[in-house]
Amino acid sequence: MQIAPIFSALRRHRLATLLIAMEIALACAVLCNACFLIVYRLDQMHINSGVDETSLAQIKADCIDDCNEVDLNARILSTLGQMPGVQSASVINAVPFGDHAGTAGITLDSAGRKFGGVIDFYVGGPGSFDALGLKLVKGVAPQTDDYVSLNDFVPANASAWVTRALAEHLWPGTDPLGQEFWMDKFHFRVAGVVAHLARPGGGEGGPATREWSAYVPGLPGKHLSGNYLVRAQPDRLPQVLRDARAAVVKVAPDAVLDLPASRTISDLRSTYFQQDVAMTGILLGVIAALLLVTALGIVGLASFWVAQRRRQIGVRRALGATRSDILRYFQTENFLIVSMGVALGMVLAYGLNIWLMLSYELPRLPVYYLPIGVVVLWLLGQLAVLAPAFRAAAVPPVVATRSE
Amino acid sequence: MFGYYLQLAFQSLKRSRALTFLMILAIAVGIGASMTTLTVMHILARDPLPGRSGQIFYPLVDADPTHNDSKEPVDLMDYRSAVDLWAAHRADRQALIAEGDIRVVAPNADIPALKRHMLATTSDFFSMFDVPFQYGRGWSAEDDKNRTRVVVISDDLNNKLFDGSDSTGRTLRLHDSDMRIVGVLKPWRPSPLFYDVAGGRFAGGDTSDFYAKPQDVMIPFSTGQDINQGRFDPFTCWHVPDPNIRQQDSPCEWVRLWVQLDDASKVSAYRRFVADYAAQQMALGRFNHSGNTRMRNLMDWLDFNHVVPSDVRLETWLAIAFLVICLFNTVGLLLAKFLRRGGEIGVRRALGATRRAVFMQCLMEAATIGLLGGIGGWLLTLLGLWIVRRQPTAYADLVHLDLSMFLWTFAASIAATLLAGLLPAFRASRVAPALQLKTL
Repeated sequence: MQIAPIFSALRRHRLATLLIAMEIALACAVLCNACFLIVYRLDQMHINSGVDETSLAQIKADCIDDCNEVDLNARILSTLGQMPGVQSASVINAVPFGDHAGTAGITLDSAGRKFGGVIDFYVGGPGSFDALGLKLVKGVAPQTDDYVSLNDFVPANASAWVTRALAEHLWPGTDPLGQEFWMDKFHFRVAGVVAHLARPGGGEGGPATREWSAYVPGLPGKHLSGNYLVRAQPDRLPQVLRDARAAVVKVAPDAVLDLPASRTISDLRSTYFQQDVAMTGILLGVIAALLLVTALGIVGLASFWVAQRRRQIGVRRALGATRSDILRYFQTENFLIVSMGVALGMVLAYGLNIWLMLSYELPRLPVYYLPIGVVVLWLLGQLAVLAPAFRAAAVPPVVATRSE
Repeated sequence: MFGYYLQLAFQSLKRSRALTFLMILAIAVGIGASMTTLTVMHILARDPLPGRSGQIFYPLVDADPTHNDSKEPVDLMDYRSAVDLWAAHRADRQALIAEGDIRVVAPNADIPALKRHMLATTSDFFSMFDVPFQYGRGWSAEDDKNRTRVVVISDDLNNKLFDGSDSTGRTLRLHDSDMRIVGVLKPWRPSPLFYDVAGGRFAGGDTSDFYAKPQDVMIPFSTGQDINQGRFDPFTCWHVPDPNIRQQDSPCEWVRLWVQLDDASKVSAYRRFVADYAAQQMALGRFNHSGNTRMRNLMDWLDFNHVVPSDVRLETWLAIAFLVICLFNTVGLLLAKFLRRGGEIGVRRALGATRRAVFMQCLMEAATIGLLGGIGGWLLTLLGLWIVRRQPTAYADLVHLDLSMFLWTFAASIAATLLAGLLPAFRASRVAPALQLKTL
């Protein structure tokens, strides 16, 4: 296939060629970045919460009048614990994908000068550590005497189990076991490290701080009440949750059951990511519409060129060109235009990504998105040009002898 | 002339139906996508208090001893600072605001206790923010002073508890205090819930909660200190509060102050007043830094909090990029369409049509495509907004196409195609008559 005649033909249609190449360049830039945004969001949605989501449910009872929290805990825990199918029931202040309960800034010295970051405290009563199903990486699980009473939302002096991510942030390169940190005057000593434990919602510092959390054992009481963790077999969990909601309404008339919060952790997770799912859908819609419009543009212009060159095609056919020669001519022409477009498009894609990085705190576009975008547009171009090219190939040689 | 050109345009469009349809489709899809997101932007970014927002200000002083002058002050104030500034009554109107959950019971109604979000504020709140009343009215400054047990409820709550009847004069039990209902609001849905906006810079772009509904229960700020002592939500605390001290003395920021200042001299006077207050508190030893005061007007405060969710802004940019691609597409197709008619244009030029006339005829054709694309774009915008309303966001119920955005849909569509038609029309008007005639 000779490219030179194609180039000279394109030079005669410089403007149209340039326009379609520009359209492809823009499409390439938007396509690469939209795909990247989708993958980035999906990636964040696959965050490992570190807990056995499918076996866990949260029951939240708001004590908005002056009720006796100790009594409320006792009533609800004994009711939940005796229900058929419940493996364990315990008190905890928050669960992943639920409401924030203990978000606070910590320091690495008692004077409060070395700021460590804003983290989330999970304060859980006896049984909650095992119920969550946290994976220990270092240290041992909390023992009975690790559970201490609280006079505030965290104990004054307690052991803490931090996530690996938090340990690496606070004490990079050193053994976190035995390290200390403070929250105001409250003192904590690291007794163990868990593989993962996501904070309830997003962190202040973005995705990098998503697992900055610590589990602190505490005894249920006035400051640790109203929020319960129920563990059951995954297949029995929906039934257990229904029963548990009904039972809590009955035994705790002094509290109001928080229905939207009293759900399985898997449900809380899907609600938490609802907005991201919606955004992913929108991005997919835009990509589909984008490819469609680009393809339509190629079809339109190629059809126009075919119509315009009917005579030339007829002459070529009369001079001995085969149908496949004509077909390949238009395919090659399209390949050249798309190639020009994507060459510019890759530069634009990077520019757009830099702008997104600056205004939306997104990471850099990985390089392998560019060749994927290029291949997709090449294929799209070839598909779009197919119908006009076949029409061109079908032009009979006799056209050469007719005048228009 | 106009009618003739229009007729020519329709004739030409009818001649190549497929190409015409492609162009209209491209414009409609591009306009539909961008007008959907622009309408959402328009609704989320609009002025919640048109005509008055420039006179509404949000002063802040910084009582946090762990801060210094180079940091932004916290988004709310501690009780004492806010109440001191309010009690000076230096502004034309001023409202204190604190919030918290409360148990609500309507005596004689067969409805179990509800948990509702409560707003504790001062009497100016209603006049300053143009709050519409269905029955009764807000409380007076006297009530603020006397800690009267009165309450204003939302239209929603009135429908739920009293079937929408005039409930003024009836009793509502809040927590364990009986309150007399003095007012029922009309349906009121400020967007965003501007007086509640704070902490946007910590939200990571997810600010859709700023478009939530107003609180169902409103009581005098002073009464709130009696009946809801210690239960107001703090924004943040610089120390963990001692459970044995009153919330008013806690090291926490939990009170907002909004002021209305009617002219520029009052604004600068109030700015000075806030700065002087901070300096005075530093002299008294309550503050350890005093240069950190702010007073933004309402719109600046909303901007500072990035009220429009970053997802919405991203969608808007995406849609505009998409529209640009559609326009490139249209330029290419129009070029193809006009130049295909080179022969016809040549004949018309040879018969005496000026370049200008050919140019105008081509533009007319582009505008017609724009109009038809606008109709398609309008329908697609309605579809897009319907999809947005089905999204699980706080602002979903606010989204609808108003008259101005409806007109903008067509204006944008026609303007976009005219822009896209400029170059092809120019090329068409350059067609040399003689050359074209030869090939006929």
